[in-house]
Amino acid sequence: MEQHTDPRGELEASLMDNARELIRSLEQRDFGDAVQIINELNKVRDRGLYQAVGRLTRKLHTAIVSFHIDPNFPESREMSEIADATERLNYVVSMTERAANRTMDLVEATAPVISRLNDDARELRTDWQRFMRREMDAEGFRQLVKRVEQFFVRSERESEKVGAQLNEIMLAQDYQDLTGQVIKRVTNLVTEVERDLVELMLMASQVDNFAGIQHDHAQLRAELDQQKQPSQGEGPQIHADKREDVVSNQDDVDDLLSSLGF
Amino acid sequence: MKILIVDDFSTMRRIIKNLLRDLGFTNTTEADDGLTALPMLQSGNFDFLVTDWNMPGMNGIDLLRAVRADERLKHLPVLMVTAEAKRDQIIEAAQAGVNGYVVKPFTAQGLKDKIEKIFERVSG
Repeated sequence: MEQHTDPRGELEASLMDNARELIRSLEQRDFGDAVQIINELNKVRDRGLYQAVGRLTRKLHTAIVSFHIDPNFPESREMSEIADATERLNYVVSMTERAANRTMDLVEATAPVISRLNDDARELRTDWQRFMRREMDAEGFRQLVKRVEQFFVRSERESEKVGAQLNEIMLAQDYQDLTGQVIKRVTNLVTEVERDLVELMLMASQVDNFAGIQHDHAQLRAELDQQKQPSQGEGPQIHADKREDVVSNQDDVDDLLSSLGF
Repeated sequence: MKILIVDDFSTMRRIIKNLLRDLGFTNTTEADDGLTALPMLQSGNFDFLVTDWNMPGMNGIDLLRAVRADERLKHLPVLMVTAEAKRDQIIEAAQAGVNGYVVKPFTAQGLKDKIEKIFERVSG
């Protein structure tokens, strides 16, 4: 925060001094003097108000410049840090989507390979058991030997393919690192914006003090609460284990539903 | 068995579709929110609806209410698969007539259990 004399302290001091003076003048029926004092009081209040508004405007201006959200600035859309953050988060969405699809593509491609190998192995084992029980003639055995050899070749080739696909699945998880970095940068920006907003709010509250404006906080809160309809949906709960009104897992859901007669 | 999967994220639809296929349900169709799902349900002879809650356009709870209010659809079994985990919401879904409620993230086994339970109850 910048260094300056507390304008509110100045106003309060001046109010107290002048109030005593005012009472004394009134008691002495010196009305001219009293009006002078009231004017003086107004002047102090106005000066404080102008200073507070001035500081608020300057701070707003700094905030606008530092986040590049000046509407008079034609390139502002490209330069705005908020627009940039939005773009970054969109990048995270598309990257996680791509990674999920890539992983599922690979799983869908791998699963039939494994299941084919499994089928072949089962068939060969059945025939092998027939051979062990001596239920196979020489021709059957020659066929079996050929199939076993083909199976070796195929299983070698296919397991190499599966290994490569597993590696690809591993690589598809690199989105975690990349999106993590992006999200951290956006988190920093949000923290910065919040800090600036709090500062702006403090300055605006000084304007309120000088102007004597009072806000109905209860009503503001009620309006906010009204916007939070349960039907709207909240998305995933981050601190489910610390909240009473939220279930932590499927067992909790099942318990709740069975308590409702499900 | 014809199943409609409603979720705004294509990856989640794909996961559910794959899990359902593993369970032997291969006849699945997808929609990305309630507004596109409802006309499909009304004209499509679906036997089962799997829906997310939080979606743009029409959300899952409103879709569920619309289904229960529709004379031809009101007996359609509905499974909600959602990240919404507030007790009030689960109660709201139960009161709106949901047949099962699965919270994300879920397991293949968890989804399977709920689907089997719903069909047991519907056929029994």
